[in-house]
Amino acid sequence: MIRFTHATKVYPRTGTAVDDVTLSVGRGEFIFLTGPSGAGKTTLLKMVYMEERPTTGEVKVSGTSSVTARQRDVARLRRKLGIVFQDFRLLENRTAEQNIAFALEVTGAPQHLIGPKVARALTQVGLAAKGTSFPRELSGGEQQRVAIARALVNDPFVLIADEPTGNLDDRATRGIFQLLRDINAAGTAVMMATHNLELIRRQEFRTIEMNRGAVVFDSAEAPR
Amino acid sequence: MRTLRDALITFQRTPLLSALSVTTIAFSLFAFGLFGLVALNIREALDRLEDRVEIRAFIADSTETEQVAQAAGDIATFPQVLSAQVVTQAQALARAQRELGEFRDVFEGAVLPASIDVRLKPGMRDPATVKRVAARVKAFPFIDDIRYGEEWIEKLYRLRNIAGIAGLGLGIAFAAVSMIIIGATIRMAVLARAKEISIMRLVGATDSYIRRPFLIEGFTKGVLGGLLALLLTWIARTVIDRYLIQTVFFDGKLIALGLLAGALIGLVGSSVSVGRHLRRI
Repeated sequence: MIRFTHATKVYPRTGTAVDDVTLSVGRGEFIFLTGPSGAGKTTLLKMVYMEERPTTGEVKVSGTSSVTARQRDVARLRRKLGIVFQDFRLLENRTAEQNIAFALEVTGAPQHLIGPKVARALTQVGLAAKGTSFPRELSGGEQQRVAIARALVNDPFVLIADEPTGNLDDRATRGIFQLLRDINAAGTAVMMATHNLELIRRQEFRTIEMNRGAVVFDSAEAPR
Repeated sequence: MRTLRDALITFQRTPLLSALSVTTIAFSLFAFGLFGLVALNIREALDRLEDRVEIRAFIADSTETEQVAQAAGDIATFPQVLSAQVVTQAQALARAQRELGEFRDVFEGAVLPASIDVRLKPGMRDPATVKRVAARVKAFPFIDDIRYGEEWIEKLYRLRNIAGIAGLGLGIAFAAVSMIIIGATIRMAVLARAKEISIMRLVGATDSYIRRPFLIEGFTKGVLGGLLALLLTWIARTVIDRYLIQTVFFDGKLIALGLLAGALIGLVGSSVSVGRHLRRI
């Protein structure tokens, strides 16, 4: 489903961000991506949604290759992915519902499908009652839920989460993490970059550790 | 629908810059329009004058009538020639007396030379053709002298060309300025919506979708500028018509062409700018 083959990303100014990574992510997997700041986690995730392309090597996501994909192919690929960030990236002047609907509108979804899909996504993240709230009226955890609902509304096969709990307190972190687990249990793969070792330690999920751009540990390959 | 709404939002967000871009497009096209109007009216005048363009070939006194008639017949077969008519001495005198009215006594007992009056086909009345035909007519041995309004025809043609070139030059300069201003407005609009655009990309909107409202915005400004220019030109024409000389205005086709030019300026200006700035988001 997602396959890195000797993928290396070198930035002209800052040097190598991802160094010769080969790995694959299967359908419905839950993966923790961990490692110190600057280890290359964000760049690795960016290569999944093709915000960045490898300097050498290849990343193949759901049949779309980083080597041959055109801008239009990347746009199409992203409609099958869900992406969330530490800083939520919600539009302040739109309500929760409108933020979620936005993802459908700009990808040309039929008008009559937007309402029901938005309602379903809001219910899925436990915010059915807060659809008309603006982001500033919501807590950090709730804002991240709205962002997750926006990521889910297109029924992605994988949810890419870059430090989704980085800005949240413990309670909200646990809530968001539980939500990601539920989403995963319903069949969507999750790739989550995190610093939160506490979170990882308590789980059985596959863990990939990066350092200086390279994968230094992958629990899928380690002897149990 | 959403695209259209997005396009109109910019007008609200930056009303001053939007008005400025519409105005510069209007001035660009107004410059085109004014000089175009001058060129058009000179052309109109030329057409009217050209109707009267005649080559008058005066015939030597001793020439046989038959010879003259045959020559007139020959001249009439030239491809540029509409008609070639023989005017005898008596007819020439009668015409002169008729045309000069009260001064007819001057011609009492005068002898005017006979001539062949040559009229050219429409579209064949430009200075070069007139000159060429005149030269051919002059080649007949019994032609004494030949007259045609060479000087004023050439002057009018030159005037028309100058008006055309001046309008084109000024118009292009203004068009360049308006494209730059439109580019600046688009740049501000793109930057103001940077977050929105980055989210659009993230959720899989295509670049052409993201670009569309900006292009519609440029197009709308161009058409508005064109309409404003049309209004200005029409006012200018009305003033000239009332206080100076009677003039003609553009026909529907030329008006449509003007509006199209405005739309094109807006579209090109916004397209170049949006392409450049989207890459930076």
